[in-house]
Amino acid sequence: MRVLVAMSGGVDSAVAAARMVAAGHEVTGVHLALSKNPESYRSGARGCCSLEDSHDARRVADKLDIPFYVWDFAEEFHEQVVEDFIAEYEAGRTPNPCLRCNEKIKFTALLDRGVALGFDAVATGHYARLARHDDGSVTLHRASDVAKDQSYVLGSLTEDQLRRCIFPLDDVQKPLVREEARALGFGVAKKPDSHDICFIPDGDTQGFLSRHLGSEPGPIVDDSGVVLGEHRGHHRYTVGQRKGLDLRVPAADGNPRYVLRIEPASNTVVVGAKERLAVRGLSCVRTTWASGRRDGEWRGQAQFRAHGTPVGAVFSLADGQLQVTFDEAQLGLAPGQQLVAYDGDQVIGSGVIAEASA
Amino acid sequence: MTAYFDHAATSPLRPEARRALVECLDLVGNPSALHRAGQRARAMLEESRERLAAAVGCQPAEVIFTSGGSEADSIAVLGGWRATGRRRALVSAIEHPAVLGARDHGAELLPVTGEGVVDVDAAAELIDSDVGVVSCMLVNNETGIVQPVERLRGAAYKHGAWLHTDAVQALGHVPVDFRALGVDMLSLSAHKVGGPVGVGALIARRDVQPRAIGLGGGQERAVRSGTGAVALASAFAVAAECAVRELPDDTVRLGAMQDRIAAALTELDARINTYEAPHAPHIVNATFPEIRAGDLLFLLDQRGVFASVGSACRAGVHQPSEVLRAMGRSDDEAASTLRFSMGWNTTWAEVDELIDGVTRALDLARLAF
Repeated sequence: MRVLVAMSGGVDSAVAAARMVAAGHEVTGVHLALSKNPESYRSGARGCCSLEDSHDARRVADKLDIPFYVWDFAEEFHEQVVEDFIAEYEAGRTPNPCLRCNEKIKFTALLDRGVALGFDAVATGHYARLARHDDGSVTLHRASDVAKDQSYVLGSLTEDQLRRCIFPLDDVQKPLVREEARALGFGVAKKPDSHDICFIPDGDTQGFLSRHLGSEPGPIVDDSGVVLGEHRGHHRYTVGQRKGLDLRVPAADGNPRYVLRIEPASNTVVVGAKERLAVRGLSCVRTTWASGRRDGEWRGQAQFRAHGTPVGAVFSLADGQLQVTFDEAQLGLAPGQQLVAYDGDQVIGSGVIAEASA
Repeated sequence: MTAYFDHAATSPLRPEARRALVECLDLVGNPSALHRAGQRARAMLEESRERLAAAVGCQPAEVIFTSGGSEADSIAVLGGWRATGRRRALVSAIEHPAVLGARDHGAELLPVTGEGVVDVDAAAELIDSDVGVVSCMLVNNETGIVQPVERLRGAAYKHGAWLHTDAVQALGHVPVDFRALGVDMLSLSAHKVGGPVGVGALIARRDVQPRAIGLGGGQERAVRSGTGAVALASAFAVAAECAVRELPDDTVRLGAMQDRIAAALTELDARINTYEAPHAPHIVNATFPEIRAGDLLFLLDQRGVFASVGSACRAGVHQPSEVLRAMGRSDDEAASTLRFSMGWNTTWAEVDELIDGVTRALDLARLAF
């Protein structure tokens, strides 16, 4: 097969590329340039879009003796990921930019361009497993290294996309990947994992948002509308947050208060008791299916963060929205968060939280 | 087979230059040393200086060996400007970054017409007695278009400004005669004419003494420091001699190949930017509507056809061409433009390979757009 490997400059995609070469595929490495000014994004060998990362990816490709190119997706990335990130916060929601990047850049823009240029598949260094079945269908599953499992950030891919994907690290534990990289003589074997948001080089998300959204003060109120304090921009808060509220008036019962919701239209942050965070059900928009739509009512698990704990729930479809009812009430779920629905280790689909119900 | 169409970036080493290089590599002695070994090395360096001077129509004492074209340009523009003590410097808007970079030091730009030619009338108005250096290349490195350097001479001379030309892309492709051009300084590079990478020269009239921009022993006329690179200079001189000797022949041969490529690409709906004005015979700069230059390059690369976008690259990403922008082209046009450049060993078989490659790759590149 002619395989395009997305090489971030990290150890995982380096080993993924090596495995594709070892498997006998015709491999081409490509690094995604996501900033018009590569110097401006995170530097210091932690990320996936800095100048050093591009260099690291190139050196791995050199060692594997495969062709290597840098493809410029800076414009797409800015429009689809950075602007969306800001807009979501502005609307009082909590987005996941890495998921968005996978959905719109890696497995849409990159995949489409690769396929158009004659490649059969795109391989990445994600920890996830694809099962290809006799009837031609493809299903997405958690990686065998559950601690590193990244199926969540791939949760919004559709079967059409998955069919063209290869995840060579499906069966391996992270320490072994580093071992493999070391054995292959890759300089990135010791490179630390990236955790930050790549377009916020200093890691200061609040500062980044304030630069784009300002610090318009607004009220912090309780559920009955009583003003308890003032905030400097609602984007500084997320649902479930307890610290940093700086409320002048203590709660009547003396218990801590949490952000319950954000009302961007009136620039208001609503706080209340922990119990009020409890959510029994959700409805999700922008629903996607990893291997075909599931109709009717079905039991599965819901996950809300990259390495969050899956929780039991019943799912159903109503008016195109995915309805979720939890077995036990959940705390701190915010609109804009991505839900990925599993059935055991299999990814069924995803949706974006529109609203929660108590 | 492969087809190499990136001579304007670097040309393969000529066998004659290779021989000269290898012969001199074992030569013992620093050419500045006073003993016999040093004297022998010095003799070889001076012979190379004389041969290069003869090839480009200047006096040996006017040859200042440098590490390459970029250093020669930097010394001419920055060093020249400082030596004159004047307030202003003018460089054309389509210069190589080694000259254009003077913009960051306060140099002003000479405008360019839509045909990609430096606007001589506008230049004449800009040049006054505050201008220390005027720099305009002889052949543009992206389009191959010949620039009106001689027509800038009058205004520069009248106001006592030094006129510099970057002749890196000109040598071997159009006549380069330092005296006949009447410029004060001229930059050359060895590896664009089949010499080795790492050596070039600034030709500067004896009464034109740019300020040194680097520290050291002042080996090259107190303008450029560093131990004389005997073997590199020797191979450079040999390559330059070959290039100049073959010029009449190459003009015809490469010119015919250029016309063939341009005609074939025009058939494929490309716009040939090189043909907007008088041009050197070794470059075809073409804009292909509705494609990404990077995609076409990639598809050609897969077929073993090596081409280029011509403009600068940063971290592997092509930057929009300043040259095409200066010609008034849109970013979209600049982003769909490729440069095919030929040199001393380009063959007709390669030309066929290129045309065949582009013809086959174009549909896919349009699909991927």
